Amino acid sequence: MKIYKYGDNVDTDVIIPARHLNNPDPKALASHCMEDIDEKFASTVEPGDIVVAGANFGCGSSREHAPLALKSCGVKCVIAKSFARIFYRNSINIGFPILECPEAAEAIQPGDTVTVDFKTGVISDETQGKTFQAAPFPAFVDGIIEAGGLLNSLKVRGVAK
Amino acid sequence: MGMTMTQKILAKHAGLASVEAGQLIEAKLDLVLGNDITTPVAITEFDKAGLTQIFDKDKIAIVLDHSVPCKDIKSAQLCAQARAFAQRFDITHFYDVGQMGVEHALIPEKGLAAPGEAIIGADSHTCTYGALGAFSTGVGSTDMAAGMATGLAWFKVPSAIKVTLTGKFTPYVSGKDVILHLIGEIGVDGALYKSLEFAGDGVAQLTMDDRFTIANMAIEAGAKNGIFPVDDQTREYLKGRVDRPWEAVEPDADAVYDQEVVIDLSTLRPTVALPHLPSNTRTVDEVAGLPIQQVVIGSCTNGRLKDLQEAADILKGRKVAKGVRCIVLPATQQIMMDAMAQGLIQTFIEAGCAVSTPTCGPCLGGHMGVLSNGERAVSTTNRNFVGRMGPTDSEIILASPAVAAASAVAGCIADPAKL
Repeated sequence: MKIYKYGDNVDTDVIIPARHLNNPDPKALASHCMEDIDEKFASTVEPGDIVVAGANFGCGSSREHAPLALKSCGVKCVIAKSFARIFYRNSINIGFPILECPEAAEAIQPGDTVTVDFKTGVISDETQGKTFQAAPFPAFVDGIIEAGGLLNSLKVRGVAK
Repeated sequence: MGMTMTQKILAKHAGLASVEAGQLIEAKLDLVLGNDITTPVAITEFDKAGLTQIFDKDKIAIVLDHSVPCKDIKSAQLCAQARAFAQRFDITHFYDVGQMGVEHALIPEKGLAAPGEAIIGADSHTCTYGALGAFSTGVGSTDMAAGMATGLAWFKVPSAIKVTLTGKFTPYVSGKDVILHLIGEIGVDGALYKSLEFAGDGVAQLTMDDRFTIANMAIEAGAKNGIFPVDDQTREYLKGRVDRPWEAVEPDADAVYDQEVVIDLSTLRPTVALPHLPSNTRTVDEVAGLPIQQVVIGSCTNGRLKDLQEAADILKGRKVAKGVRCIVLPATQQIMMDAMAQGLIQTFIEAGCAVSTPTCGPCLGGHMGVLSNGERAVSTTNRNFVGRMGPTDSEIILASPAVAAASAVAGCIADPAKL
């Protein structure tokens, strides 16, 4: 696995530029993911890689294409100091793991080997021998993730038909 | 404990006597909105989940505005998908080319947002309707799909920042300067997960169009929503547009705020945001003279009639500078007609502007005004992120219609008072 590390305010326009929104096929989105901030990302990212970033990750447009593009690239999760709120709920709604943990986002460096336990929110940087505790999701949100996303959770509850 | 305006609206829509910041709730929705980029993704998720019913055909709005009139085959296919869905469920408020406008100008104009209502839209600038005293927030496509199916959305109840406005504007200062100044003060995540609740005697000095501009860019401070109190101007705006009952909400006297920001409108200068964040603000005095190649006047932020009037006041009898392209996009068909009746369109064309049918196009680098390498635009839109309007080495400077028009005439960033 590899770490891709970015700074603060990574906006959804650089995660997936608007010029590519005319084709919402997840594979097409993945092929342009992050190209305006890191043109090598889409060609080098592999399943299981982790994106680490600063504050306000995913700010700007509400385009769900942004977490979808990262998910479709095989990115295992995003660890950031904080997330913009629409990106945060979009990720939950599509079942893409995100972890808010300022300490981990600060400490983890490209080249480190990192493992994540999504159940406990424990992030382990094996290279540095450090562990971090991410903020846990509320039970309500866990329910959405466990059901496989928002729409499935609403179907399970019988409110969506 | 007292509640903010936002908390009161959320409590009512969740069927609760009260809520507090941080609480997770499920709220009933009065409107679910989507556009031609986000609706197709919502439809795909809706179908993939095997859903076959919508909650209320009168409470869903689909506006084709981003890539229309369609810029390419793929955009046309997305519009066709949205159109077919609207027909399948007989969606009452479906707006296609010819009727459509930029969604956040169109929805209030058509009376689809009212005080006290709870609205979600799969577009981040859905926060615009807070100008009318509604709770209104941007979400993604899956939330839109869920909203269409159930009429419900989950929310974490936000805490709030109180923004107290005092005083009166000086000439050539408007709502855009208020919100750019505020974002410059608190930062692009200064209101993250929070409401921006506007208050103070300065609110009465703001036209409805100023309030729409301010609420529209709440998201650029990271906010969940921005919201204004309802006053006589709001009531006047709603007359003839909204005939269903609505309820104005006031904050409790003991409502709790995380922070209070006071802005004296009389001290504001025309303000711009330099690349590449809306918080990178300067007064026009600090950056006047910076050369530009394009000006965009329009968008959900500043494409309303007052915006066009302010731009036309400056462009009347003047010419767009050589080497500058000035593109004007009235945000709705009604605004276009009003602007024609007032002679504004003629003023723009005589000045050498291109005038476009309503579209979001240039704001997101879609069409109708994409930049080339190294070019710099002054734009009345809302985001100046890297690559937003063109290649990654192009630049956007956010400004009011008055500063944009003055800059078009001068060929560089210019103070409207000093033309």
